[in-house]
Amino acid sequence: MTTDQNSDPGASATAGLPTSSSVTGEPDLAEADFARDTGATSLGDYVRDWWARVRGGEVGALPAILGLAVLGLIFSFASDRFLSVNNLANLVQQAGITVFIAMGLVFVLLLGEIDLSAGTASGVCAAVMGLTLVNNGDLEKALGRPTFIVLLLFLAAAAVAAGFSRLWYAVGIIVIGGVMMAFKIGTTNQIVAIFLAVACGVAIGSVTGFLVARIGIPSFVVTLALFLGWQGVLLQFIGNGAAIPTSQFNIINAISNGNVPPLWGWVLYIVFVGGYIAFTVTRTLRRQAQRLSAEPLTLVLVRGAVLAVVGAIAVALLNQNRSPNPNFPIEGMPYVLPLMIALMVFWTFVLSRVRFGRYVYAVGGNAEATRRAGVDLSRIRLACFAICSCMAAVGGIAQASRLGSIPSDAGGGNTLLYAVAAAVIGGTSLFGGRGHARDAVIGGFVIAMIPNGLGLLPSLPASANFIITALVLLLAASVDALSRRRAAAAGR
Amino acid sequence: MSESPLLEMTGINKSFGPVHVLHDVDFSVHPGEVTALVGDNGAGKTTLVKCVVGIYPIDSGEIRFDGKPVTVHRPRDAAALGIEVVYQDLALCDNLDIVQNMFLGRELQQRGGLLDESEMERRARSTLASLSVRTVKSVRQVVSSLSGGQRQTVAIAKSVLWNSKVVLLDEPTAALGVAQTEQVLALVRRLADAGLGVVLISHNMNDVLKVSDRIATLYLGRLAAEVMAKDVTQAQVVELITSGRSGDIGLKPAEAAATTI
Repeated sequence: MTTDQNSDPGASATAGLPTSSSVTGEPDLAEADFARDTGATSLGDYVRDWWARVRGGEVGALPAILGLAVLGLIFSFASDRFLSVNNLANLVQQAGITVFIAMGLVFVLLLGEIDLSAGTASGVCAAVMGLTLVNNGDLEKALGRPTFIVLLLFLAAAAVAAGFSRLWYAVGIIVIGGVMMAFKIGTTNQIVAIFLAVACGVAIGSVTGFLVARIGIPSFVVTLALFLGWQGVLLQFIGNGAAIPTSQFNIINAISNGNVPPLWGWVLYIVFVGGYIAFTVTRTLRRQAQRLSAEPLTLVLVRGAVLAVVGAIAVALLNQNRSPNPNFPIEGMPYVLPLMIALMVFWTFVLSRVRFGRYVYAVGGNAEATRRAGVDLSRIRLACFAICSCMAAVGGIAQASRLGSIPSDAGGGNTLLYAVAAAVIGGTSLFGGRGHARDAVIGGFVIAMIPNGLGLLPSLPASANFIITALVLLLAASVDALSRRRAAAAGR
Repeated sequence: MSESPLLEMTGINKSFGPVHVLHDVDFSVHPGEVTALVGDNGAGKTTLVKCVVGIYPIDSGEIRFDGKPVTVHRPRDAAALGIEVVYQDLALCDNLDIVQNMFLGRELQQRGGLLDESEMERRARSTLASLSVRTVKSVRQVVSSLSGGQRQTVAIAKSVLWNSKVVLLDEPTAALGVAQTEQVLALVRRLADAGLGVVLISHNMNDVLKVSDRIATLYLGRLAAEVMAKDVTQAQVVELITSGRSGDIGLKPAEAAATTI
């Protein structure tokens, strides 16, 4: 999704033109200038700057992590089963669906838009996967010829919409998916079926994005309509009250219910945690050497160490046997966990290291300024909606895996609302311009922890679940609103 | 100071439907000079700027840049020539830091499409330093944490980052306090001293007389007068703005009377 803008005037400056030669020659930097930028930020200075930012409204992931810790503490005191290995694995599986959908929503929320249809779209995508597999790769037989043709036409229209904005990745995914679907190429394969679901997600998002970005309908209305629409489509696909069984497909079943072998769990731990520490430490050392603004090394090491310890505890716990039956050991982390982390790393990379991500933040911050900077706003918007629905498809697949079937109301109910709540609790602003992929993971775990923890307390009525979730969400939204107000007031 | 103009517009006409907004306007920008563009509301200042950068197409007239006739259809064409505009509402993203804002839309990339943060940070810092901007603690500060004057400074620095030759500033001091206005005006002066052609659009006569070398007055879509700042008093400029003429400078009485919107 990188944006390619070779035609812009800045590209000529990339060819090694010195920045300000027209203004003066080499600037003479005194030691005191840009004091924080010369690479030697001390930990004390950094903490002071950080505290100033928090006071100024830049709270980041702090409240969500605090909330997660507080909830975890409360539940572990209230029920001795909460911290049991079995329940931890459960929690990961429960969080997965919300995390995936929320991760896509972060992109849309960053623009200051909303996608209410992500939940029901996830159901439609999962149904495409399920129906294809159940009917031995023949989706046409499952849907009936007219519906199938309408679906293919929809994919074609989506490809055109994405092509209109020159989003070739999206076009490629939709076209390959559509061709495989139409000519039944490898569609009995589970991986292919999963890809078909993701392609449907990209198509759905491209159409949503087209309606929002090109036609100019407010995203709230478009996705409200689509929220209803996809529910209808799902009913048409599956039939009222019916369900598509998916538990017999080993790969799909394994996503939520399968576990990584313990040894591989440690390998993944070393890859992710080691990779993170290596990356952040070398970044700090390199930037310090280049005398650029850098995080203090102590902080980076402390953060890495905390992550290493927490990660090691989690892996060690999840690697224990949690089966009640000694003959059938259940051990290892559920596959959703590494999948969640891998997608988080990938989307974090997209948001922070390439132009596209920079423009996503810029559009959310000041769309007019971004337009004047020569960025094609509708292209960015369309891409974000496509990513959102694509991640919704991943969430739908995880949901199908966890339930072992795809009911005719898959993705309905609270699915979407919980995902929005997760993103907001994690620290993504509903006003746009602020948020990270990690917010979805943190918030998703908070959202999953509430019903999980309350479920272990039989003395509490079911009503408490909703009420407490509501209070947590309200709290998160107030943190967001208040921090924005502080940020506005701090513009000294 | 009598070098040939960098940007020269002659006989510019622009109408929106029946409304004749610009009337045979001649306007030029000289290197190393601050040219103030003044005029009452509706005199056509903003329209003229938008014609320069290609937001509005001109109906007739000629634009010469560096002596060569040019056609500017889009803001991008103007930027390619080295003409940059700093808009009144700043056009900065509050949630991005200084470096990210200065390079917005023209990010430097490494091979493979990754953003080249180190190079961007270095260039941003050296540009700010070369403009003697010493008030920011870090170029990685988020813009929302900056003061109004600092923001304006960043917006101006952004415009000179690309070896621009002409910078048009639309009311750069409109929302600033006294001290910050001083800072920004000093920066405007430094831009000109560094050899750029600077156009300053302002309503504030003190600012205009303080920093500009040349004052061009628009009166109801006509160029009333282009005078050297040292030759006129504040009262004369105000008179030019309000009635199109002052003594023997400005439009002829008949012409001024005939000028209607």
